[in-house]
Amino acid sequence: MAISAGLLTPRMVLAAWPKAAFEATNVDDAVKGLFGSSSLAGSEQIKIKAPDIAENGAVVPITITTDISGAESISVIAEKNAQPLAASFVLGAGTEGYVSTRIKMGKTASVIAVVKAGGKLYSTGKEVKVTIGGCGG
Amino acid sequence: MSIKMRAAATDGVTTIKALISHPMETGTRKDKKTGEKIPAHFIQEVVCEHNGNAVMTAHWGAAISKNPYLSFRFSGGNVGDTVKLSWVDNKGNSDSAEESIK
Repeated sequence: MAISAGLLTPRMVLAAWPKAAFEATNVDDAVKGLFGSSSLAGSEQIKIKAPDIAENGAVVPITITTDISGAESISVIAEKNAQPLAASFVLGAGTEGYVSTRIKMGKTASVIAVVKAGGKLYSTGKEVKVTIGGCGG
Repeated sequence: MSIKMRAAATDGVTTIKALISHPMETGTRKDKKTGEKIPAHFIQEVVCEHNGNAVMTAHWGAAISKNPYLSFRFSGGNVGDTVKLSWVDNKGNSDSAEESIK
């Protein structure tokens, strides 16, 4: 689209799909591909709601909430997936630090949530045991 | 393909819940009859707009489950306002739906 960037705030400009991040085969490269840095600070202000045991790895419900002020994006990573990055949610100005979705997990692993706020990256993780993997077959 | 969406306002906060029909193929699955790999086919971008502002831009990989579910919340929506949800997949297919906030 040929829209002058000057007319829009940066939040409104649709960023291109971050191919390198989604094609990355480890967590570090996925985070670097998204943000240009993989330096994550652990945060207790991010909560991941996910099952302790997922009987079906093809459908694992994940809800992430954060009360970090100025959260700009929430990204979801399944640590042991062949391509760990599952999703990155870019929040609008009035959008709350809350997303809920369902992801596929190939095997038992940590689900990692990364929140970008004020130019810094915060993260937390939660282990999900997967009984039947949801990526191959 | 279809999009089912609900938008509900409570105390000034609008909750969006959306269910999209899409195969979300990873590209690693094999067709059981032919033994050939089923090509990757997944939604890459979902955008939700309220009054022309993007309240949510989601970038997805193939690890989002088949028939994706998405829920999020934003402030500033009023009952009767229109929210628009649209998606584009890796094959260039797209769909969109509009719903008024209830």
